[in-house]
Amino acid sequence: MNVNERIKDQLENNPVILYMKGTPDFPQCGFSGQTVQVLQACRAKFAYVNILEDPEMREALKEYSQWPTYPQLYINGELVGGCDIIMDLYSRGDLAKMLADADAVVE
Amino acid sequence: MSAEQIRKRLSEALHPEEIEVQDNSQAHAGHAGVQQSDGGHYHVRIVARDFAEKTQVQRHQLVYRALGEMMKNQIHALGIDAFTPEENNLRK
Repeated sequence: MNVNERIKDQLENNPVILYMKGTPDFPQCGFSGQTVQVLQACRAKFAYVNILEDPEMREALKEYSQWPTYPQLYINGELVGGCDIIMDLYSRGDLAKMLADADAVVE
Repeated sequence: MSAEQIRKRLSEALHPEEIEVQDNSQAHAGHAGVQQSDGGHYHVRIVARDFAEKTQVQRHQLVYRALGEMMKNQIHALGIDAFTPEENNLRK
């Protein structure tokens, strides 16, 4: 699979996926860390990709999404946004709803 | 320097009614992104008619597109508040 096929495959097979710098336990950037925190606060079930370990995907996803920064959160294959937008959705209570609609909340 | 460039690029591309660019790079000096010298931290607040009927994601994409190459080197992180003039009036 080339990198674009890998991206499509990941987006199709993970209802919620976070492309981030570092890992949920060891985020390598404050914005990625904040995003993980609110996902966890919503009890989200989510997959993640540490783009620092995959330089090819790091560049390709920016083109794919027309979004040049990380983190990037996708729900059902759709780009939800970066840290700013996610914080905003969280504070309005919308993030929890979106995760519930995607059936991605821990019971 | 970059803050001024950001203001110029966004002004040309989006014809905003209001634009503020804040340089927050100092607040983040020393964290990983800064050490890798992939640019500064900025926050922009833009009020523009072009944002009408667009989602937040689409608004941010417009801003990113206007900044083009700057996102790759000069800018590590960009906070964006994007409002239409109508939305901005409601906030006053």
